[in-house]
Amino acid sequence: MQSHNALEYDYTVAKMFTIAAIVLGIVGMTIGVIIAFQLAFPALSNLLGEYGTFGRLRPLHTDAVAFGFTLSGIWAAWYYFGQRVLKVSMAESPFMMFIGKLHFWLYILGVAAIVVSLLMGITTSKEYAEFEWPIDVAIVLVWVIFGINLFGMIGIRREKYLYISMWYMIAFYVAIAMLYIFNNMEVPTYFASGGHGAWYHSVSMYAGTNDALVQWWYGHNAVAFVFTTPIVALIYYFLPKESGQPVFSYKLSIISFWGLMFVYLWAGGHHLLFSTVPDWLQTMGSIFSIVLILPSWGSAINMLLTMKGEWGQLQTNPLIKFMVLASTFYMFSTLEGPIQAIKSVNALAHFTDWIPGHVHDGTLGWVGFMIIAALFHMTPRMAKREMYSKKLMESQFWIQTTGIVLYFSSMWIAGITQGMMWRATDQFGNLSYSFIDTVTVLHPYYTIRGVGGLLYLIGVFMWAYNIYKTFTAGRVLEREPQNATPMA
Amino acid sequence: MFHWLEKNPFFFTVVVFVFVAFAGIVEILPDFAKQSQPTVGTKPYTVLQLTGRHVYIKDSCNACHSQLIRPFKSETDRYGDYSVSGEYAYDRPFLWGSKRTGPDLLRVGNYRTTDWHENHMMDPASVVPGSIMPKYPHHFTNIADVETAYAEAVTVRDVFNTPYDKEGMPQLGSLADSEATALADAKVIAAGMKNQAVKDAVANGKIPEIVALIAYLNSLK
Repeated sequence: MQSHNALEYDYTVAKMFTIAAIVLGIVGMTIGVIIAFQLAFPALSNLLGEYGTFGRLRPLHTDAVAFGFTLSGIWAAWYYFGQRVLKVSMAESPFMMFIGKLHFWLYILGVAAIVVSLLMGITTSKEYAEFEWPIDVAIVLVWVIFGINLFGMIGIRREKYLYISMWYMIAFYVAIAMLYIFNNMEVPTYFASGGHGAWYHSVSMYAGTNDALVQWWYGHNAVAFVFTTPIVALIYYFLPKESGQPVFSYKLSIISFWGLMFVYLWAGGHHLLFSTVPDWLQTMGSIFSIVLILPSWGSAINMLLTMKGEWGQLQTNPLIKFMVLASTFYMFSTLEGPIQAIKSVNALAHFTDWIPGHVHDGTLGWVGFMIIAALFHMTPRMAKREMYSKKLMESQFWIQTTGIVLYFSSMWIAGITQGMMWRATDQFGNLSYSFIDTVTVLHPYYTIRGVGGLLYLIGVFMWAYNIYKTFTAGRVLEREPQNATPMA
Repeated sequence: MFHWLEKNPFFFTVVVFVFVAFAGIVEILPDFAKQSQPTVGTKPYTVLQLTGRHVYIKDSCNACHSQLIRPFKSETDRYGDYSVSGEYAYDRPFLWGSKRTGPDLLRVGNYRTTDWHENHMMDPASVVPGSIMPKYPHHFTNIADVETAYAEAVTVRDVFNTPYDKEGMPQLGSLADSEATALADAKVIAAGMKNQAVKDAVANGKIPEIVALIAYLNSLK
């Protein structure tokens, strides 16, 4: 067997994506904080002319955090742990190294094109799939290149069995490829009309109800396969590694993985309850959303039980805190989602602020914390230096946790208030409130949400600073640490 | 079996694909043909309306406004008849939205006027005190892109058999024909507006975004 020290892993590409994750995280979340405050203080909407309105910035926020921060974070982690679980170094294959770098630079070009086009208002309007066809083509290309690396590394692996994280990476790859291609089927109008109009414009292959059905099959599962599957891959690698504990149960990991694969795709219909899609589809969406609790909680419980007997580490290691809270928020958010998918609850919650509230306890608590923790774990190993400051990390944890709590609690209250006011009637059966009453009442909650988001953003700056200082001023380590990340 | 798959990445990938693709095949394919039938009387958008729809999309109005009325009394009282599938037969893309920061707009043409929209887009809070909607003064100066809307109409006519150029339906003809029709429609809208710069632009053969947008909003019924 290969001795542990014989293999020198190469972190060049992992470092590049780490920088991208930090920069895009800051950009995406700053825009998020701005648009949050725009809803509380609408004068902020008109500071930058047409380029600063809520409508232009909102897609930029969602895409920058989902496909900027999150994807970069996942890829940074992949180019780090992929080598380790497959027992093969990127440095061994110049081709894989070239593909990794090509992957990064093409991705950055794509991101630049997306930022410019969304600010200009070039959008297909479909949530998380706003990009026009030239960018879609580029995205498919980036995905193919990532695939060459993913499957190439698997092809030259020394470890015969694929570790659990690899299952989730493969699922991430396959599902996103399928979803993205089918949801973005569109006809470029310039070519189809014989050379008229904007060259980048396209029209959807699907119309009306069908378009909605495909979009939410995609939209819901983009959440499944960007915000869930690869993040589970991360926690299955980083939590056991950081804590030095073996994964609690192999059987539970099998059941949760295959369960998640089978059930998740059915649940997209819960975005379309009481719409014009067929009733049986809505019911299926609702039922499968409830079933989805099982595989989701399976993974989360497997992670929490991995800490069995070692809970003391929560006190001593802030990285364990981040990861345990991430698991907990995963459970929280995968219980909240199914509740919202129950038809009678959905009748109240749909279209209200409870929905962004739900999205954010998942993304800030689960996705954000897991990526933050993963990159913290990687930093001393990539820099070969001790983590710059444990204290800073501790403060970051509490500031961000406070931010998340403010965010979701204010959005719960806002959403339920709004939903109740929309349906409230007086004794004669007339609507009690005009629409604007249901907007002005939300002002305090929108303000609290903005503050919550701001706290989280401050935490991201602390994260970036801590990583930067580690690379530049951390105490040099003689050998790579095994488990708990060394920090000053 | 699962253990065996873990050392055979190719078959592992195939089985994962079958697992995730299964739901899509069962859920999405069967109802596709049936759902795309238009309701009696539903017409495709005119070129000017389609131009306005592009303005609506460009500024992501759908980020805050839905176009889907659910079958509840509280919604039909507030917005009008609940949605039926056939009404959306020519909507590419659909614009149902997922959030009502502002009210639903599916039937806004029934209860708002050109005049109301003109004032409201310039300064929403002056029409609806307490409104948190941004102001859209740039709609009054930006010139709308009619040619792209024409290209889209031609595309859906040729590729998806959307009934343009049929009897009783919007006529496209050549680009010049469509531009002339759009301008004529724009003049009707501009006549109901008071902004002098907009009126002058339309008189000079240009169509500001606001005119196209109002044509679209008025068509939502």
